Amino acid sequence: MTAVHAEWTKLRTLPGTGWLLLAAAALTAAVGVIAANSVSCPAGGCQLDPAKVSLTGIDLGQAIVAIVAVTVISGEYSTGMIRLTLAATPRRWLVLAAKAAVVSAATLVTGAVAVLASVQAGGLLLARHGVTAAHGYQVLSLGQGPVLRAAAGSVLYLALIALFSLGVAAAVRDSAVAIGVVLALLYLFPIISSAVSSPSWHRHLEQLSPMTAGLYIQATTNLRSLPLTPWQGLGVLAAWAAGAMLAGALLLRFRDA
Amino acid sequence: MTTLAPYRSQLRAGRDGFTQLLRAEWTKFRTVRGWIIGTLVAALLIVGIGALTGANSECGIQLTPTSPSLACPAPPTGPGGEWVADDFYFVRQPLAGNGSITVRVTSLTGLYSTHGAFTPGQSPTAGMTPGVQPWSKAGIIIKASTRQGAAYAAMMVTGSHGVRMQWDFTHDVAGMAGQVSAAAPRWLRLTRSGDTITGYDSADGAHWTRVGTATLAGLPSTAQAGLFAASPQYSVISASFGGSSSTGGPTLATAAFDQLSRQGTWPAARWTGESIQSATSRAMDRSAQGYRQAGGTFTVSGSGDIAPATDNTDSVKQTLAGTFAGLIAVVVIGVMFITVEYRRGMIRTTLAASPRRGRVLAAKAVVLAAVTFVTGLVAAAVTVPLGERLLHENGNPIPPISALTWLQVVAGTAALLAVAAVLGLAVGTLLRRSAGAVAAVIVGIVLPYLLAVVPGVLPASAELWLVRVTPAAGFAVQQTIQQYPQVTADYTPRNGFFPLAPWAGFAVLCAWTALALALAVFVLRRRDV
Repeated sequence: MTAVHAEWTKLRTLPGTGWLLLAAAALTAAVGVIAANSVSCPAGGCQLDPAKVSLTGIDLGQAIVAIVAVTVISGEYSTGMIRLTLAATPRRWLVLAAKAAVVSAATLVTGAVAVLASVQAGGLLLARHGVTAAHGYQVLSLGQGPVLRAAAGSVLYLALIALFSLGVAAAVRDSAVAIGVVLALLYLFPIISSAVSSPSWHRHLEQLSPMTAGLYIQATTNLRSLPLTPWQGLGVLAAWAAGAMLAGALLLRFRDA
Repeated sequence: MTTLAPYRSQLRAGRDGFTQLLRAEWTKFRTVRGWIIGTLVAALLIVGIGALTGANSECGIQLTPTSPSLACPAPPTGPGGEWVADDFYFVRQPLAGNGSITVRVTSLTGLYSTHGAFTPGQSPTAGMTPGVQPWSKAGIIIKASTRQGAAYAAMMVTGSHGVRMQWDFTHDVAGMAGQVSAAAPRWLRLTRSGDTITGYDSADGAHWTRVGTATLAGLPSTAQAGLFAASPQYSVISASFGGSSSTGGPTLATAAFDQLSRQGTWPAARWTGESIQSATSRAMDRSAQGYRQAGGTFTVSGSGDIAPATDNTDSVKQTLAGTFAGLIAVVVIGVMFITVEYRRGMIRTTLAASPRRGRVLAAKAVVLAAVTFVTGLVAAAVTVPLGERLLHENGNPIPPISALTWLQVVAGTAALLAVAAVLGLAVGTLLRRSAGAVAAVIVGIVLPYLLAVVPGVLPASAELWLVRVTPAAGFAVQQTIQQYPQVTADYTPRNGFFPLAPWAGFAVLCAWTALALALAVFVLRRRDV
């Protein structure tokens, strides 16, 4: 508990953290608003997933969450603070666990704010752009089961991204390389899978992709066309996060700081 | 009394020119092992992902469910070396030497299918809806031979684009506007003189306007000339979650001609009707096409299109999917090239040695750009032929591209990486923090591309906007397929079509980089280290 308190103090007193988390929430909601605003659903009907459209901002918000998570450990390596931290708490896995707890708590709060704002704004804007009962859609609200799952899942998605980034950063130490690796693993899978034209490989790459599979949690329409169910998809990201945390913990444990 | 001369070093004073700065920065770059490894990783990622993409993209067709898979056939090649669609119904006679053909068109009607291709055993036109496509075309044509892809020039009426003169697939000139009807017929004329074919149109058959002149190099002395009709695929593109789906089907155009007159030597006694179409064509079945001649009136029905092919994948761009991975690697190096100096305090030594700070940043940018350009050039020059070979072995037809286009893609990819690395350097200077700078540049370049190109949730207008104004516009430099106004297709980034021309898109990325670099120089000079 002392370790968690120490980590919370470190995170809280960094000048950038608050601004970054604020920016993550604001930009997530802003991109959602822009996406919802650019939709047009004419009288002939349209095929779109209202929950997914209003939560498009997560694509951007996750990058900022990754910055915060990476800095939590890489920042200590670049300033040499890590030596002090590990001297104070010699049980190194405890340090990483405390960091994970603090970062995921901060991300959960930020994510909840961002997702609530996105869904509320998305519901209002989409209704104005023709996504209404007349065109076969219900107005987006958290009262519907799938929408609630998409919204809660998106918050969890952000927390898992934070854990994934923390694990990668603990393993590679340098912040530039860590954020590069994290964003590459998130953004490259969908780009490469769209270039591969063999359907089975395309499907495999999508099932493996932490971002594509993880974001299945946002799907509320056409669930049958997905290669995985929404919760299985989030499970893929959880596996990536667990793998990264394990690698980070092992390297932290056995490597000289 | 002795005077003591003050100490003077015997060493010659070093010069502090730009060359020395470049050498200093190059020494810094080359002696950090991680950056050299990072550069190699960038090159290997580009080549490796290219090979992965090529090796896992099969294309095959099975004529029957049990027969072995055959390689996908390549479309016919036009006179300019490009892939073309050349499916139409041709009512023809040989024309020996110079001559001309004139005809009056009194109607153009059509049928289209919304339920996909025709099912065997049914009448090919069963269940089709009346309606002419915007680029349904019928008129007169002079073609080198009946081979698909042979040179031609044609005058035609179209569904909603008025009279056009088109030749050799890529050329299109507008003539009279307005739709053809019995009340407003269109007179068309083609005149051959040597290699030159001139097209004319007229509303009354008395007053003629020249529409265009085509030079068909190497047109044989005996060409095939006559009437034709064609109608391109009808398609409705609907964007949906998980991808856009294109629904539609083949279409048929029927045109009525009369007042046919000819000049010159026409050795054949009668007209021959023939549907020019390949086995894999998406045009309507041959049995639906044909012509009728009653007195001086001809009715010709045809399906397909005479136009450049626009539905092929951009194989060259496909082989370079690894550019994104390489780009992330060089951006990381570009950012670290400056942020590490801040972290280690080295920046103080650097700026003390060379107080003109703008020059320091310029030297860093030059070294970084040169290293990444060379890396990118080697990687792309290896990846494109390797990827194309693997794609070819997997049965994918490889579109023919000119040497100039090849150079544009390879040099463009190298330049893209170099400029992205410099953007990383500039943003790194502005922020002085590695994580934020790397994330900002990657989010700025890769995320818009991802949102625009990978089928997702955004409407087409937002996708086009993203690849027009964000740094992701630079990826247009890898594009080898072209848009044609005379062909209706789904011209969206997800199909490989960028709204900006290759170098124009690259200029957008350069503009962002120039802006960031200018800001970085300004801030670096104003700010305490």
